[in-house]
Amino acid sequence: MRLIAVVLAWCLPLLAAAQGAQPTPEDPVTNQRAVHLAEQLRCLVCQNQSLADSHAELAVDLRRQIREQIAAGKSDVAIIDYMVERYGDFVRYRPPVKASTLLLWFGPPVLMVFGLFLLLRYLGQRRIRIENAPLTEAERNEARTLLGEPAPGPRT
Amino acid sequence: MNRHMIILAAFAVLIAFLGIGLRLNPREVPSPLVGKPAPAFELAQLAKPQQPFTEKDMLGKVWLLNVWASWCVSCREEHPVLLDLARTGAVPIVGLNYKDKRDDGLAWLKQFGDPYNLSIADNDGRVGINYGVYGVPETFLIDKFGVICDKIIGPVTRARLSEKILPLVKKLEQKEHQSCA
Repeated sequence: MRLIAVVLAWCLPLLAAAQGAQPTPEDPVTNQRAVHLAEQLRCLVCQNQSLADSHAELAVDLRRQIREQIAAGKSDVAIIDYMVERYGDFVRYRPPVKASTLLLWFGPPVLMVFGLFLLLRYLGQRRIRIENAPLTEAERNEARTLLGEPAPGPRT
Repeated sequence: MNRHMIILAAFAVLIAFLGIGLRLNPREVPSPLVGKPAPAFELAQLAKPQQPFTEKDMLGKVWLLNVWASWCVSCREEHPVLLDLARTGAVPIVGLNYKDKRDDGLAWLKQFGDPYNLSIADNDGRVGINYGVYGVPETFLIDKFGVICDKIIGPVTRARLSEKILPLVKKLEQKEHQSCA
């Protein structure tokens, strides 16, 4: 018992040091919110990384900003607005729907519908072409040979 | 024949889009702050730490806020241009020494020359964040009413200066009653 107490006492300063090494010791909820927000925001220095992934100094500063603002009781929306005010819509990985982003948002579905339309039209026309052009007897026989079926005599 | 023409046309459109894409610079993200009042700050001057400076001290003047740092490589490229501009006295330049150490900043100015009317020290980069700074150097053109009228990302070049910035400065100086917002 005494041994445990001694070991614990010995460990305490280590624990304190470990906590001190963390830039922002905080509760898991805040931490999760901060990470979630940082994942939605783009690092402007290395543009294909989120704030959460990036090691750029600006990303470090902005992550600190996010944590400070969470601590100050700001909502997620308010924090994202704060970033957009300074860096523009570009910081958001999910751009807002507005006139300049309509093509971005609705371009792909429109293209898909258009493609489906073309495909269906093509398939329909092809069926008509096939139905209007039945095989001749010679073609039928050739197909049978190719399929390895015995060629029958004249059709009954 | 007709079908080939359609495919060719679609290909041409694709090439046109790709061509436009190649000409864009993804590093230059347009600032939402252009046309808005310059964010307020109060920072210590780099050379005189006990003396504060705020953006309001420049009200009534058209001026440039140039973000620089001793660790910034492109700033060295830009520096001779700023020195020449300062010699002409066409527009006051305030330096925002961004995420730098005071001694390093002062030594840098001593080594390369000081084009700034004064520099202010943003050691932890908080004012930089309010101005949406993401790459140094950056330069803000601010009018008499304290409104940001233009932002230059990356080094100020002589061409950019003579073609865009100085004409805009002249225009803004003539505006007595109306900001560029």
